[in-house]
Amino acid sequence: MPAWTIYISFLGAAFLMFLPGDDPRPARVTALLAALAGLACAAMGIIECRHHVAAGVLTDVANAPWIAELGIRYHLAADGISLVLVLLTGIAAVAGVLFSWNVENRSREFFALYLALIGGVYGVFLSVDLFLLFVFYEIAIIPKYFLIAIWGSTRREYGAMKLALYSFVGSAMVLVGLIAAYVVAGGKTFDLVELAKYPFPAAFQNWAFVLVFVGFAILAGLWPFHTWAPTGHVAAPTAASMLLAGVVMKLGAYGALRVAMTLFPIGLHTWQNTIAVLAVVGIVYGALVALVQQDFKFVIGYSSVSHMGFVLLGLMTLTQIGLSGAVLQMFSHGIIAGLLFAVVGRMVYDRTHTRDLAKLQPMNLNQVLPFAAVTFVVGCAASMGLPGFSGFIAELQVLVGAWQTFPVFAVLAAVGILVGAAYTLRVLLKAFFAEGVVDAQDLPRLQPITAPERAGTLLLLAATLIIGLYPRILMELITPSLNSPLMRPLWKAGLR
Amino acid sequence: MMLTILTFLPLIAGVLVTLLGPDRQKLGRNLAFAASLLALALALSLWALFVNSRSGMQFVERVPWVPSLGIEYHLGVDGLGLLMVLLSALIVPFAMRASWKIENNPKLYFSLVLFLESGLFGTFTAQNFIHWFLFWELSLIPAFFLIRMWGGPKRTSAAFQFFLYTMAGSVAMLAAFLALYAATGAFDFAQLAEAAHRGGLFADHKTLAAAVFLGVFLGLAVKVPLVPFHTWLPAAYAEAPTGTAMLLTGAMSKMGVYGFLRILWPIFPEQMRAWRLPLLALAAATIVFPAAAAFAQKDLKRMVAYSSINHLGYCLLGIFAVVRLTEGSADSTNEQAAALNGVILQMFNHGLTASALFYFVGLIEQRGGALRGLNDFGGLRRAAPVFCGLMGIALFASLGLPGLNGFPGEFLIFKGALQLAPRTALLSIPGLLLTAIFLLTILQRVFSGPLPAKWNGWPDLTTGERLTVLPVMALIFVLGLFPQLLTGVANPAVMRMLKLF
Amino acid sequence: MNLYLECLTALTPEIMVIATALIVLLVDLAVVQAKPAAHRAALAGAITCLGCSLAMIWVALMPCSVHVAMLAVSPMTQWIKLSLLLMTFFAAVLSWHERFTRHAGEYFALLLLAAAGLMLLVSSDNLLMIFIALELLSISLYALAAFDKASLASSEAALKYLLFGGMSAAFTLFGISLVYGIAGDIQLGFIAGRLRGQPVEPVFYAALVMTLVGFAFKLAAAPFHLWAPDVYQGAPTPVASFIASGSKVASFFVLARILLTAFPGARGMASVSDFLPGWAPILMVLAVLSMVAGNVAAIVQTNVKRLLAYSAIAHAGYALLALLADQRHALSALLFYTITYAFTVLGAFAVVGVVEDSGRQASLGDFAGLSRRAPLLSFCMLVFMLSLAGIPPLSGFFGKFYVFTAAAAAPPQLSLLWLVVVGVAASAVSLYYYLQVLKQIYAVAPAPSATWPRPAFSAQVAIVMLAVIVIALGCAPDLLLGKITSLLKSHPF
Repeated sequence: MPAWTIYISFLGAAFLMFLPGDDPRPARVTALLAALAGLACAAMGIIECRHHVAAGVLTDVANAPWIAELGIRYHLAADGISLVLVLLTGIAAVAGVLFSWNVENRSREFFALYLALIGGVYGVFLSVDLFLLFVFYEIAIIPKYFLIAIWGSTRREYGAMKLALYSFVGSAMVLVGLIAAYVVAGGKTFDLVELAKYPFPAAFQNWAFVLVFVGFAILAGLWPFHTWAPTGHVAAPTAASMLLAGVVMKLGAYGALRVAMTLFPIGLHTWQNTIAVLAVVGIVYGALVALVQQDFKFVIGYSSVSHMGFVLLGLMTLTQIGLSGAVLQMFSHGIIAGLLFAVVGRMVYDRTHTRDLAKLQPMNLNQVLPFAAVTFVVGCAASMGLPGFSGFIAELQVLVGAWQTFPVFAVLAAVGILVGAAYTLRVLLKAFFAEGVVDAQDLPRLQPITAPERAGTLLLLAATLIIGLYPRILMELITPSLNSPLMRPLWKAGLR
Repeated sequence: MMLTILTFLPLIAGVLVTLLGPDRQKLGRNLAFAASLLALALALSLWALFVNSRSGMQFVERVPWVPSLGIEYHLGVDGLGLLMVLLSALIVPFAMRASWKIENNPKLYFSLVLFLESGLFGTFTAQNFIHWFLFWELSLIPAFFLIRMWGGPKRTSAAFQFFLYTMAGSVAMLAAFLALYAATGAFDFAQLAEAAHRGGLFADHKTLAAAVFLGVFLGLAVKVPLVPFHTWLPAAYAEAPTGTAMLLTGAMSKMGVYGFLRILWPIFPEQMRAWRLPLLALAAATIVFPAAAAFAQKDLKRMVAYSSINHLGYCLLGIFAVVRLTEGSADSTNEQAAALNGVILQMFNHGLTASALFYFVGLIEQRGGALRGLNDFGGLRRAAPVFCGLMGIALFASLGLPGLNGFPGEFLIFKGALQLAPRTALLSIPGLLLTAIFLLTILQRVFSGPLPAKWNGWPDLTTGERLTVLPVMALIFVLGLFPQLLTGVANPAVMRMLKLF
Repeated sequence: MNLYLECLTALTPEIMVIATALIVLLVDLAVVQAKPAAHRAALAGAITCLGCSLAMIWVALMPCSVHVAMLAVSPMTQWIKLSLLLMTFFAAVLSWHERFTRHAGEYFALLLLAAAGLMLLVSSDNLLMIFIALELLSISLYALAAFDKASLASSEAALKYLLFGGMSAAFTLFGISLVYGIAGDIQLGFIAGRLRGQPVEPVFYAALVMTLVGFAFKLAAAPFHLWAPDVYQGAPTPVASFIASGSKVASFFVLARILLTAFPGARGMASVSDFLPGWAPILMVLAVLSMVAGNVAAIVQTNVKRLLAYSAIAHAGYALLALLADQRHALSALLFYTITYAFTVLGAFAVVGVVEDSGRQASLGDFAGLSRRAPLLSFCMLVFMLSLAGIPPLSGFFGKFYVFTAAAAAPPQLSLLWLVVVGVAASAVSLYYYLQVLKQIYAVAPAPSATWPRPAFSAQVAIVMLAVIVIALGCAPDLLLGKITSLLKSHPF
């Protein structure tokens, strides 16, 4: 059932390619239906697989021979972590379509590329054969390029090319690591579960781990390889930035967890502290840089780097609670980043055509666009990690895990939370609240918030609130998965 | 269920008010006021159902929330909690009435006040840290917006400072509790207190224990506030609109003191014992310095703000004095009980009097055309005798005049403190004197003396205003003459606390 | 007698092709001389395609395996001939509507003769026969490159091709003679036997180097690639596509055959730690130079045909990596890679041809906004460019993946991993210039005065079919790979 998420997305993309004419309406509706169907399949997948997930067993979704010569199979499977991320993709996809309702120019191609990207992402989360995972990972690169190059804004061609090349270089690194692992393990299979059982020699693991991890972590925004993120987010159209920050960055983190950490536990042990340092630097650096930005979208872009630092730190703690927090933070930040970018891009920029905070402040947008203001307030609260929203439980778990493994980093990360509060508050005030009293006639006349925007907002808000107040829904999926056969090598590496 | 209903009633009402259309401002305001009165009724019925003699938690509700992390939805009130809930329930309608004439988007204002009320109820009834923390943080946002959107000229920096200071304290507290969780696997206050009692918390890591204690201490100290973490307060209180200032001083500041009693003391008795002297010094500083600072102010609102800090200093003096000098010395129980009872009384009464004072200052500001300097007025007694009389009562209550509600609390605190921590108590007495001086100065400069010509037509209290302030005034008298009403509720909780810790 | 009959039967496809060439010439000169050029071209093209189809059917239906004298036909080589004929078929279809020449008959005849050369090239394991077939192929291609008499670039291209090619033929011939001198035989199998056990003389290295240099010219491997950009750019587009596809596949196969059959003992080791002189280190150097030079030079190109030429140089580098793998995987990886590359580049040149037909040059700017006017063609170009870049799920990705895996698995394990790293890095760099082309097609607005006459239906069909092949082989590489592996298992050569 979860595999249908992939198929529906690609079918939707193909269907859209063959739609005649330039009318945006059938394109939008098709895309929305495809995204909703994907979300439904994701939810049904969770319901279907939950007994297996609770037992800590991997659920096979599809397993067919593909390229016998190299031992490659079309093997899809799900455990709790994959299902959580598939659910995130479903929610983000629907929200993205809703927030792109106003795309008029070449909307057919826009939604086709969008659905192709979603399909690739679903595929990565569900693949258990490394070749297949890599195929889906690469498939996701090209639609991103075109989405930004054609429908983006500031310096879009440069941003798109930078993003494509960074992603490709990252995946090139992963490819080398994968081929090496395959060869060393005897050249018989690419299956993740099988390869995870193979005892790779320690010297090999030490360099293979860092190659594959960094290759994936580039996409996750690991400092100092994060520089594509702010430029890319700023250049991208709203739906693309929502997906980029919300889902695509999680691809990198997921790959790092699933592939690098599972295959090379000894290498992980060697590099654990170094990467943890980089993650903490990312948390603090991202927050500090966000504090001084003048462009609205850049603030959110750097905040993404900072939040992903939490994910990476959680992964490096090698504690059950830290890993659980990292996965939960992946989900939570995906939703929250989507919400923030939706406000910045769709609600504010599309109407005011500026992202300069100095120009936005006098507009006193809290009076002109109250819905956007309230949404952004809630989004900021969630982003700050206030309790009641999903980010709180996630950051809490990461901090506990970090405290158990590297207490100093936990303290630094807490400082990062504080700086996070500062820049979030700053951007909220500067973007929506004018300094003095603004006369009613000086306020700009802007279009009201449309129904699709409200629907998208409600979806994202509901997701973050529900998980914030009742995190058990997701934690029941994540915690047993940390015992699944895929994660056994991590137990050997010292996962507590 | 009662506590849950009480906590969520203002929240739901606030959401309903927000959802009303922008042309229904009056309806929103009335709805919000009705909700706060309903909450008051609920709180009073809680009081009626509360059994004074039982000393443990009552109305307990306990539901697992995230079991794998030890987070529960755990509510309960004992005497202390009940009094705080009552205080909040009283202050909120009072503050709403004070803000009745707000013109700029009143619907939003009132819904934010309701959200704040929910946060207050939640904090005072929570027994599990995450639950408690949720409501603690929840109360920040409405307060921030209340200051930022409806405040005075310097409101942006005041709101920003307020938020960041409190947030910094919260983060420190969160970090400390995460360390506690990592060590004990529990977030529940009672469980943690028990673990501390058994001596299991960081037994061999003295520095770590001290660091964790410091974290929790910081979070609470910023909220009270304790000198030297108080610098955000004067600006915030001065810039906040009247109703918000009443809420801040009346209820929110009590959250900090409540935290000391409910969290810091039960979980860290060792550390508090070890740090007793510095803490007492800080308490003394909190009593004396703000009083001196208030003395030097020319802005009425700021004077009352500093006076607030000063009064809370008494509470802290009482708490720190009670901390045992050595293990198991039970002979000073009487004094300890007196001090603690005094603390709780002071919390309750100060809430009432301080908010009343802010209300009156707000009225002065309104009538005086945004002027609220000490020297801007004079002889108002002639123009508005009722006003003067009532404000005078509030001022005297704040002073600690016997017969009014400010007296029993201060008296009990000093009774206990002079025995338990004589030097500190003696050092704090100048604070009492200074307070008396500046409060009387207000009375003199504003109300007596010649009446300048421009204030000739200064209106007296309207009927609405009289009705608003009447309950509080009545309570000032009643609680001054019959403090047993309060001590009856508080004492069992006090005795239990003394026994356990 | 039987032997001759056997050989004739085995050579039937080649005979059919040559006969078709003669028929085309005859028909064009004798029958339709007076008709307009377009009709003549159509007729000649039709006859060519018919001939190719008949030959393909014969090859598919009549399995044969003959190894006698100069002929070495096996199911493997038959199958390669099938794909070569298919490439010729496509090249012919793409040439139907070309207006650059009035001499349609000669054009198609030369095309068919070049195809015959290709087929003979893969059917022999005798060095002299190989050389003859190589010359047949090359001379036909020289002439074909010059066919656009109205273009100066075409003549220049042909001349460069002739000079470089002639020189490379000289190198090859010299190398072959040296080999004969050392081994005393020109049959590949026997050469191996003669060389075994003999100590390696310096002359042998000279022979090896000469032969490799000659082939490196043919394959356009750096640093012997200097003819390629000018020829690819100057020659008429269908000719360029044919050069890039068919002759590459055949030349690689022949090189593999020579090295693996005749000189297995002189392989040497290319890894840095256990270096051993032989042909492997030489190939390694050629591969690295090609990958680097090709990709770096392609970044700055503004003409798409030249860009494709440099990309061809780079792809030759990747293919050479396959030869460094161990025997089991080397040939299958090489064949899969070159065949899929050939179809992809045929398609790419076809699209370029369509753009040129509408009166433009083939520079990057001329592709601007193509997606608005010709969405189907643009999508096919997307497929071709991304396959060349190595993006899944297209055939180019799996080809590169297989080559890299095979090279990494070459014993001793992971010794050539650094080469794989170079290859992967070069591949990453190449994405940049392929995206430049796609950016023009999709993201840049067309010039307001753009006019787009409809492309020929036959060309469209051909392009779509090629795109379908590329996608199919990418999603299900086993279709091709399975066949290659089973053929290799049963008949190594």
